[in-house]
Amino acid sequence: MTAALSTKDLSVRFGAFRAVDGVNLNVRPGARHALIGPNGAGKTTLVHALTGSLSPTEGSIAIFGEDITRLSEKDRVRRGLARTFQINQLFRGLSVLDNVVLAIMERDRKTLAFWRSAAADKRAHDEAREHLAFVNLTPHADRAVRDLPYGSQRLLEIAIALATKPRILILDEPAAGVPSSESQAIFERIHALPQDLTLLFIEHDMSLVFRFSDRISVLVAGQVMVEGTPAEISSDDRVKEIYLGRRTGHAA
Amino acid sequence: MSNLITVTVDGIAYGMLLFLFAVGLSVTLGLMRFINLAHGAFAMGGAYLAVVLVNSGGLPFLLALPLVFIATGAVGAVMERSVIRHLYDRGALQQVLFSIGLAFALSAIATIVFGPQQQGVQIPSWLLGRISIFGLQISGYRVFLVVSGAVTAAALAYLFDYTLFGARIRAAVDNRVAAEGIGIKVDRLFVTTFAIGSALAGVGGALSIEMLGLDPTFAFKYLTMLLMIVAIGGAGSIEGSLLAALFLGVVDALFKYFLPEAGSFVIFGVLVAVLVVRPNGLRGRTA
Amino acid sequence: MSTSSATQGGFYSRIGIQGVTLVLFAGSIASYFLFPEHLALLTQLFVLMVFALSYDLLQGHGGIVSLGHAAFFGLGAYAAAILARTGYNDPLLGLVFAAIVSALVALVLTPIIVRGNDFTRLLVTLGVASLVYEAANRMRWLTGGADGLPDFEIAPLLGLYRFDFEGRTAFIYSFAVFALTYMFLWRVVTSPFGLALRGIRENARRMPAIGSPVRRHLAVAYTLSGGVAGIAGAVLAQTSRFASLDMLGFDRSAEIMMVATLGGSGHMVGVSVGAAAFGWLKDVLSTVSPKYWQLGLGIVLMLSVFVARGGIGSLLDRLRFRRSA
Repeated sequence: MTAALSTKDLSVRFGAFRAVDGVNLNVRPGARHALIGPNGAGKTTLVHALTGSLSPTEGSIAIFGEDITRLSEKDRVRRGLARTFQINQLFRGLSVLDNVVLAIMERDRKTLAFWRSAAADKRAHDEAREHLAFVNLTPHADRAVRDLPYGSQRLLEIAIALATKPRILILDEPAAGVPSSESQAIFERIHALPQDLTLLFIEHDMSLVFRFSDRISVLVAGQVMVEGTPAEISSDDRVKEIYLGRRTGHAA
Repeated sequence: MSNLITVTVDGIAYGMLLFLFAVGLSVTLGLMRFINLAHGAFAMGGAYLAVVLVNSGGLPFLLALPLVFIATGAVGAVMERSVIRHLYDRGALQQVLFSIGLAFALSAIATIVFGPQQQGVQIPSWLLGRISIFGLQISGYRVFLVVSGAVTAAALAYLFDYTLFGARIRAAVDNRVAAEGIGIKVDRLFVTTFAIGSALAGVGGALSIEMLGLDPTFAFKYLTMLLMIVAIGGAGSIEGSLLAALFLGVVDALFKYFLPEAGSFVIFGVLVAVLVVRPNGLRGRTA
Repeated sequence: MSTSSATQGGFYSRIGIQGVTLVLFAGSIASYFLFPEHLALLTQLFVLMVFALSYDLLQGHGGIVSLGHAAFFGLGAYAAAILARTGYNDPLLGLVFAAIVSALVALVLTPIIVRGNDFTRLLVTLGVASLVYEAANRMRWLTGGADGLPDFEIAPLLGLYRFDFEGRTAFIYSFAVFALTYMFLWRVVTSPFGLALRGIRENARRMPAIGSPVRRHLAVAYTLSGGVAGIAGAVLAQTSRFASLDMLGFDRSAEIMMVATLGGSGHMVGVSVGAAAFGWLKDVLSTVSPKYWQLGLGIVLMLSVFVARGGIGSLLDRLRFRRSA
């Protein structure tokens, strides 16, 4: 079966530093694929390379068998590869609803029209409200994003990405900075996403990773050290030592 | 042929003047990322101070220069501490508006105090005489400008590129929080840097009077030229500013002499071309 | 039609803004009867308002700063003047011609303007505007150089209304241009394109991540903005029967940036009122004492960075909220 998202020998170098070093990734369609690894392992750099905000030094990237290595970020989104950001990248001065409406209108190529009323586009607004309902933000639709509680802003990140109608969604620490009580709720929403949507997500909280993923890649020093099912990863000694061990060491 | 050489030498002297005038702006812009459109007004302030010190105070011109350096530097330090530091994290637009406002106010004050007429400054006659170098008759003041420019460039390049101060300031600009974390006193660095930039503006202004004249429009008249030098040289690069200033000075002199109808058109064309090819200038430090 | 305030954000509560807009238009018309001996000044105020609105499309809605917008204003002025001197002196024809010339130049320049950060943009726009200025200065045969282009006639408006000495036709003409461009730009900023433009202002980094063609949006914005600025310049040239280098100059570019910001970036009523107030104050004060006008303006600009951010527009909003509360 063709992978939804795959990389071949993908490398990103900054000078002599290999942030991503020969990564071969295969994410199957409909997967709930987690990307874990210690800080500085290159996870976010890998995401940047996948989504096209950073061009790789070597290697190639494909979605559903189509090579997208040379496509711009915009064109990758248009082919169905969307992402959320670890640090909120929202349109803070716009209303919550407009944030999603904008993504829908860009998706439908409606934003070149400067002679029509945006408000009159009922279909886009109705769809935007559906996305907001999915992430439980309906009551906040008319508020300015900058006035929104942080946890709700994290959910809006997801709603905006969903509005692009992705086939593959990359979530860069969707619950970053959110207290654990709320991060549960965020992952419940992610879990409720349609099964045919392929998910690749970065997450630090191991209990969330093991609960919500069906496949895990462990990235260490820019390389995939090991990949497997949650059961395989949790019993892997190297993972325990390098990743889990270090984390408990930190906590102690 | 000798015309060509004379014009080129004139251009080099003019370029050195532009360098002295612009380098302070390059420092504040490149190292502190503050868009100071009042730089020309600071230079104007230094120039008027020199006029007062020399013409009314009877000080010799060469003695007035260090006083101008200290005075404009001190004013710059006070401004940085009181107002400008609040502008660092504001956007470019706010910095532009503030500094244009400051330039307007300073220019208006100059008009109110000194009137709209041209001012001159007494320069010692031995500096104005002609010197013969390799058979070329060159005005002593131009030689003086070239020497001052070269010394200033060397001193600044040393200060910013080879001393701990320079390393600290670059660290502070790259990552303020991290720099503070390792014990760098960023506030003090910034006030020093801004004071140096202002002091250089003041001296540059004082040195310009002889060649460019001085009236209240000085605050804006050369602003475009200054920004161009910084843009072409790359903000924050001393060598870049020097090369850009010399280049513009020589090109300007050559075209004014040999092809006057092209005028400043060539200069602006060069600016736009450079910015299209290298948005951060030829030797940009800012990413 | 939906009246959801959310689609336009807090600023653009649709009913509210239209109410204020009507007051703005009514005030404009009333000025004709209130200050009948100042019609020439009022005409200039409308020109400034149109120019400010054109710049606000870029800075206020798209978040793109420019220190060279007068280039498009001046191009429009020269285009209208040159066309009139060749004998095609119908005012509306001149207006259309000026709009096309300025819009085309803006479109051609976009690839070099729309790149880099704010600082390089400021420099490139400044450099390009200086280039245009120098070109106009050098091409004496076309532009009259430093002397400007005087002595051309403008045919009666719609073939009926002569541009009279008292400036009545000029007033009506410039007001009509203001009202129409206002409504046009209002449509633009409330359109899907306008939403995308505000998206670029709010977070240019996120835009490609939702599949947005940012460069294309900016090119459209620049072209529209340049065209409208050209219209403003054309009206000034036609009603004053003069085009000159200062219409292209740095002073005018810096001034329009101030006017748009003091009026309230992204707030069309605020920008319009701000432009009118600025133009009027400048006319009154700079004839009394240019140096104190400049000093006052400098101080106001410096203060504006720290207090009253959001300009006149946000003051108007606050007023409205208080009234409705």
